[in-house]
Amino acid sequence: MQDRNHLARVNTTHQVHIIENGLIDIPMLQILKPDGTLHNEAREPELNEDTARKIYDTMEYIRVLDERMIGAQRQGRISFYLASTGEEAAAVASAAALSEHDMIMSQYREQGALAYRGYTTSQFMNQMFSNEKDPNKGRQMPIHYGDKPLNFMTISSPLGTQIPQAAGYAYGQKMAGNEAITICYFGEGAASEGDFHAGLNMAAVLNCPVIFFCRNNGYAISTPADEQFAGDGIASRGLGYGIKTIRVDGNDPLAVFAATQQARKIALEEQCPVLIEAMTYRLAAHSTSDDPTGYRSREEEDKWRAKDPIQRMAKWLQQKGWFDEKANKQLIEESRQAVLAALKEAEKVPVNPIDDIVSDVYSDVPWHLEEQLNNLKQHIRKYPGEYPKTSGRVK
Amino acid sequence: MAKMNLLQAINSALITVMEQDQRVMVFGEDVGHFGGVFRATSNLQEKFGRARCFNTPLTEQGIIGFANGLASQGSVPVAEIQFGDYIFPAFDQIVNETAKFRYRSGGQFSCGTLTIRTPYGGGIAGGLYHSQSPEAFFAHCPGLKIVVPRNPYQAKGLLLASIRDDNPVLFMEPKRLYRASVSEVPEEDYELELGKADLVQEGKDITLLGWGAQIEILQKAADMALDDGVSCEIIDLRSIMPWDAHTVAESVMKTGRLLINHEAPQTGGFASEIAATIQDKCFLYLEAPIARVCGLDTPYPLAHEKEYMPDQFKTYEAIKRTLKY
Repeated sequence: MQDRNHLARVNTTHQVHIIENGLIDIPMLQILKPDGTLHNEAREPELNEDTARKIYDTMEYIRVLDERMIGAQRQGRISFYLASTGEEAAAVASAAALSEHDMIMSQYREQGALAYRGYTTSQFMNQMFSNEKDPNKGRQMPIHYGDKPLNFMTISSPLGTQIPQAAGYAYGQKMAGNEAITICYFGEGAASEGDFHAGLNMAAVLNCPVIFFCRNNGYAISTPADEQFAGDGIASRGLGYGIKTIRVDGNDPLAVFAATQQARKIALEEQCPVLIEAMTYRLAAHSTSDDPTGYRSREEEDKWRAKDPIQRMAKWLQQKGWFDEKANKQLIEESRQAVLAALKEAEKVPVNPIDDIVSDVYSDVPWHLEEQLNNLKQHIRKYPGEYPKTSGRVK
Repeated sequence: MAKMNLLQAINSALITVMEQDQRVMVFGEDVGHFGGVFRATSNLQEKFGRARCFNTPLTEQGIIGFANGLASQGSVPVAEIQFGDYIFPAFDQIVNETAKFRYRSGGQFSCGTLTIRTPYGGGIAGGLYHSQSPEAFFAHCPGLKIVVPRNPYQAKGLLLASIRDDNPVLFMEPKRLYRASVSEVPEEDYELELGKADLVQEGKDITLLGWGAQIEILQKAADMALDDGVSCEIIDLRSIMPWDAHTVAESVMKTGRLLINHEAPQTGGFASEIAATIQDKCFLYLEAPIARVCGLDTPYPLAHEKEYMPDQFKTYEAIKRTLKY
């Protein structure tokens, strides 16, 4: 049997020696200044014009989508929405650094990553309107996207559950010999859940090629980060689990891209997990059910507005000569119209037939669900006026 | 055929399926080199390597979360939870994730390939935290299958069917029988159908229904009743979800009486669900109220285990009461 020594890396001391948090120093990678120029000694990641423009355009698109959908929720057209304003770079620039074969396991604020992969406006709308074109068959609240062809795992509401799952998914990719990794997004609030600790530990011990991407955006609904955790943020937790860790300015698209590109390389080549902590700020409300004016100041938000990732990237693109003001304005306008048109279209599509209420619970419909469905249909036939969404199609 | 105990039958099933399917992976606390606290996974690491049979850290929610990810990727995880009592830290991953993966994604993703193995039940002087029977908690959750074998032959056939079933299965092993029960088990591959009850003994006066280790108790009680001239029909439910109401109802329509026995506490136990369904399906055939012989509504005690257990004597008395009603 193998002889193991867990003291191999332990130094000894002969005085009581206390390690304080302040001794840990995890720097934050910044490449772009707010004026769009590079920091001294910073190096631009390899980013061609097409990719750079795609990152930028996707961020602009997501901001338009978010604005419109919050409006639609206010009008009562959809029941719920969750915006990513201020955090677009974290999702979009990280997704841009991945291969399309990599699995994305999202929390719920990564619509930018999904859009970058090619999810269409109609697809967003069909999910949010829970109509019969929604791949989830109208079973989940708005924003719980999922798309197998795009390697984007369907979102689950419970917080942090995707973290140990990402470790398992990545282990499966490794065992199958795939040239792919898994990226798992979550907020700093989710890092308080047991699943975070379980997932990081499992991934580290079992050498899973996974990137844990934490959006440290300052608030978990109304709870500020300093009431969510003590110590040096989420990054220090990665180190504690023996995971290679990068802290990055989450409002700097170039830094997020560079960090994720490097993390992916490590995860794939060394077959191990990497943690990225992206320091950003949730300028939007947590969701349409939340009102941030109750727990934070306008001044605080304004400070972060000045660090807007979209503005920062626009300035950089301008300096590169890759930005056309007029074309950009037109693009935004086209996005607005496209979102509105798709919204109106999706609104008209009916919900799934009632049979789908019992499908997909099991691979086949068992006897007791068959019985319950038949009873339900019989009841709907008796009271068609009370169930207008489905009664027309219950024969 | 070979003589095997229940652990050997489980081990044989795992070897059978791991030899056939590279995607099968077995993991949990101590399951690697050590073979699990009960040795159900003995020799698997030597045979199939550390990548396919491995120890995990002590984190039930981590084990099931990891297994959910593996299953959704297309691998075939067989995850072990060391004791059924310790499945509760993984409750959220099982109930909110494993069970709902297919439904919430409209069938795009699922955990259908996952099997969770766990020992359950009392009779081993295990006290509060090594004796529980948590099946009813999971039976309340749509999307899971729940399977309980009663002997080595059943264990191998049902486990192979569970691993290959396209739904997540909670496979609960009666640990009191792990070494106590020995039977003839084919060394080759075979499956027993999930969702189908097994008629263990035919009879005409009363139907006795149970699962797992309690089938032995029902058998003993039936033998006692036979001395009084009472003929008992014994059914092993085998699958708690979906459960074979058809076979149970058919039997009850013949005998006119039903007794359900399980170790778990009575209130909200799966016997309640069975009783409600059978009174709905067989109301006019019933000649007596449906009897339940279950654990007390207390945590599972240590010193009073014998008193707590729904044993053959309590079952025998309930048979007499039902017949005399």
